[in-house]
Amino acid sequence: MIYTLHVNGEWHRVDDDGQTPLLWVLRDALRLTGTKYGCGKAQCGACTVHLDGRPVRSCSVALADAAGAQIGTIEAVGGAEADAVTEAWVARGVPQCGFCQSGQVMSAVALLRSNPAPTDQDIDLAMSGNLCRCATYPRIRAGIHDAAAALGASRS
Amino acid sequence: MTTPPKPRFKLTRRKMILGGTLAGGALVVGYTATHPMQVAGAVLTAGGPAAEPGSFGPYISVAPDGWVLIVNPQQEMGQGIHAALAAMIAEEMDADWDRVRVVQAPVNFAHYGPQIAGGSNNVASHWDRLRQTGAAARSMFVDAAALRWQVLRRQLTVQDSVVAHPASGRSASFAELIADAAQQTPPQQPMLKQPGEYRLIGTDRVRRKDCRPKSTGRQIYTQDVHLSDMLVAVVAHPPRFGGQLAGFDDSDARKVAGVVDVFAIETGVAVVALNTFAAMQGRDALRLRWDDSAAETRSSPELASWYRDIAAGRVEEDAHSFEERGAIDQPQRGEVFETTFDFPWLAHAPMEPLDCVAQVDGWNVNIWSGSHNASVDQIHAALTARTIPGRINLTVLTAGGSFGRRGVAMSDYVVECVRIAQRTGGRPVKLIWTREDEMAGGYYRPMAHHRVKVVLGSDGYPADWRHHIVSQGLLPFGSNAQNSEGVAGSPYFATAATVDCRITSPSLPVPVSFWRSVGHSHTAMVMEHVIDQLARRAGRDPAEYRRVLYRAAAAERRVAVLDELCRRAGWNTPLEQGWARGMAVHECFGTIVGQVAEVRLDEDRPVVRRVVAVVDCGIAISPDQIAAQVEGSIGFGLSAALYGAVTLRDGIVQETNFDTYPLVRMNEMPAVETYIMPSTRPPTGMGEPAVPPIAPAVANALLALTGEPTRSLPFLTGRGATNADV
Amino acid sequence: MTWRRPRFGCLSVAMLLLAILILVAVIMLRPQPQPQSGRLPADDLRIENAQLRPVADFVAIADPSARSVALFQEAGRVIQHPRCLNCHPRTDRPTQTAAMRPHMPAVTRGPDGGGDPLLRCSTCHNDANFAASGVPGNPKWRLAPIEQAWQGRTLGEICRQLLDPARSHMDRPELLHHMAQDELVGWAWHPGADRTPAPGTQAAFGALIAAWLDTGARCPA
Repeated sequence: MIYTLHVNGEWHRVDDDGQTPLLWVLRDALRLTGTKYGCGKAQCGACTVHLDGRPVRSCSVALADAAGAQIGTIEAVGGAEADAVTEAWVARGVPQCGFCQSGQVMSAVALLRSNPAPTDQDIDLAMSGNLCRCATYPRIRAGIHDAAAALGASRS
Repeated sequence: MTTPPKPRFKLTRRKMILGGTLAGGALVVGYTATHPMQVAGAVLTAGGPAAEPGSFGPYISVAPDGWVLIVNPQQEMGQGIHAALAAMIAEEMDADWDRVRVVQAPVNFAHYGPQIAGGSNNVASHWDRLRQTGAAARSMFVDAAALRWQVLRRQLTVQDSVVAHPASGRSASFAELIADAAQQTPPQQPMLKQPGEYRLIGTDRVRRKDCRPKSTGRQIYTQDVHLSDMLVAVVAHPPRFGGQLAGFDDSDARKVAGVVDVFAIETGVAVVALNTFAAMQGRDALRLRWDDSAAETRSSPELASWYRDIAAGRVEEDAHSFEERGAIDQPQRGEVFETTFDFPWLAHAPMEPLDCVAQVDGWNVNIWSGSHNASVDQIHAALTARTIPGRINLTVLTAGGSFGRRGVAMSDYVVECVRIAQRTGGRPVKLIWTREDEMAGGYYRPMAHHRVKVVLGSDGYPADWRHHIVSQGLLPFGSNAQNSEGVAGSPYFATAATVDCRITSPSLPVPVSFWRSVGHSHTAMVMEHVIDQLARRAGRDPAEYRRVLYRAAAAERRVAVLDELCRRAGWNTPLEQGWARGMAVHECFGTIVGQVAEVRLDEDRPVVRRVVAVVDCGIAISPDQIAAQVEGSIGFGLSAALYGAVTLRDGIVQETNFDTYPLVRMNEMPAVETYIMPSTRPPTGMGEPAVPPIAPAVANALLALTGEPTRSLPFLTGRGATNADV
Repeated sequence: MTWRRPRFGCLSVAMLLLAILILVAVIMLRPQPQPQSGRLPADDLRIENAQLRPVADFVAIADPSARSVALFQEAGRVIQHPRCLNCHPRTDRPTQTAAMRPHMPAVTRGPDGGGDPLLRCSTCHNDANFAASGVPGNPKWRLAPIEQAWQGRTLGEICRQLLDPARSHMDRPELLHHMAQDELVGWAWHPGADRTPAPGTQAAFGALIAAWLDTGARCPA
């Protein structure tokens, strides 16, 4: 069946089974490979994308349910929060193997959009759905605080 | 366009090769000027011929715009090796680090020797060679400038990729000198800097160079490779180790839209499809029959009790003696301390599940893989495709973690991918292992059992140490030294008149392999936790008890690490009610790491809030990446200590994803402080040595809190956290 | 004079190791004949579904309050099933699986039971069970309120809690509707993937609850 997907501001026609996970549509059909497969059952968060602005695990979203929604992936995530997170990630040297970081960044951006000055506890809550086997967590935490500070400074 | 000049010189393999190629260098660098780290990815995804760094010399190239391109011969899997190796070259070369770009070498034995990472050895093994390479390059630039300006070499200075003649005010960049420099004869014994002269090494400027592509989704991993006409394969593996395919029915699998072919290979049934999800669905639709007559059908508790029986001498199995001292037939008299430890299998669980891309075209095989041991993968691929290694064009990609899994000695999944690609009529195949395939697929850190009996002398220190380890061997030959390292040669034997250490290596069909820190992942737990229990027996402070033993063993580096650790952790200062500190100091692959963990118990669950780590890894090349590896290793080791266990029930793996094989998450990760001991010794590795101490540090804190010793890992076994759904 | 470890050429050691590896690999990697596809019977994938005793079974109990207690005890096989208990936790964190281990990742109930605003249930759970990932879903996916914590309570305690409008936030008709009609409760009989459903059917469960209410809604001790 043909579905129309709105990804990163562009419309795509996808001919696939409606129960195909959005993850594989993004990766295999649209070649947006920044979104990673890590577990396939919403345990690791490496496939996190934004669906109408909220973070979701694309391995657990059916193509049929994603059709019509605004989908945002790491390739096109933009705005002040995304810029601040990316710069903080580079300055802090957050990534190691880097495979989970697309998902970490997507979750961190969503966190900062809903809470511009998160506490450590907020970070625990928002980020504990994203696994990092390299355990870059201390730097992710510091990076989120850095990004929040940068956002705060640019606002004032 | 000029043809790249052929290097005029022939070098011994320990020396360097520098080839200045304006055309080659400009082409590669120009293509990627806006995306410095995308060289490999850009070339790869463009589908053109892979960049051949050998065409401009195996290690160094200088582009007309002044960027210095340094080739990383070893694999980047998160450990930051690319930055450490490049910094060795850049330091001696006096290159401008901010304009150094690092690219991944393809597999090439002639240029780079064995491309194998193990025992955290790459920093140590490249230390001389790469510094000499950089120093030789610097010398050639100096020669070129001296010739051009007709001045003496010793009047020239080099800094930030610029050669200057202060007396005359003349200067020229490496880019301006590259054509001349490439014509110079490299010195056979280039002068190396003394550690005090370093401008780059040991500074905070040595950072990894791949953070931006990895923070923006642009880094290309094997999972992301796309080639025209490419197929995706998944394989149904036997559910039990040692099981064989008895029969299969693919009639339903072939009905799945997108499935192209289904066939049996040596490791199971391969389903080949146009995309990943179709291949997975095709596999789900297979009907499979397995022959388990030679398979492992036992359960973990049964195997653990077998191991215990071996160590206790209740079952006769050959033991290899790896350390023996004194009259072991006449045990010492005194107070006896005795304990045992059980350790489960552990999966590596890198975030990128295993994958490989292969294209077989007659004699020629193209492979794209995050190869931890590229040279080994190349040979196995050649044997599988019945060709010669030189016909295997292996593009080494950044791996989404490995921790040893991508360095399995048998190259299992690379071989599997080549076998499938032999059956697709030349179409490239991307083999995808699901998370479940990876966790249930073996090559684990082996199960281990330790039995320790120590007789204390009248002074409270060990007078007699008996140690029996039971653990599967990692290699098909040798004496299983990988699983006794960390016990062998321990400084804790210093006061013992008699030492008798043995290892038994039982054989069973569950494949085991190297897992980050290898044998140290269990031996450190045993040695460090036993020492705390002995200190307690003797009524001594655990730090003081260690210090006495280290002094007796003349282990001065350990004493220094211990002293710094106590100072930084505030060892003798009080903590709030309910909290306790535990310490561990362990040497692994030449690096000594001491850790103090602050722990409390939340019901039965250990909560770790802070870990102080002190590291002696010789000369610290990149303090930033050493700290990163310490932080990551503590998280990795803590995951294993709290949760890690792969268990069998009737031969079937019970933990197949992160719900049943949990990892530490953000909310469980302690704050980590890393302190590096100043040193002028040659550097040793940091990818693994900070893993082993965390489990005993936590166990020792729990001992201090509750008085109860730990006798098995993980801490949370049987407490509802690690049990698979029943 | 310092003692130096004798150095063997790195290359010769590597070559020897490679030679050994090659030898082992040649033996291990030799091609072996493989079976071809053939007809096999379909796999038997039935999940055992326990049944509930029908209301009629309890008519024989003459004493109405004993009958009421017996009816509730039968319904309790559903109420105390992991499919139900997992979302009636005592803490802010749900459990999962038949082993009722803590939910991974560590989510919290949030103000409305649908997860903290920073990590909503809907990050992973959708309006329906999703076969491809095995993640369960329902339009009303959320935790029961803390006043309706069932874990660690006896069936009698759960019973009295249900009947206390201050804690259940329901009067008896609403309670019956919740048990017999609510679609999230109904999920327990259609949990998807390889999860064991609650015993019986929602209709049979609803009938037991209705009969229990009709017989005076007596609670076990």
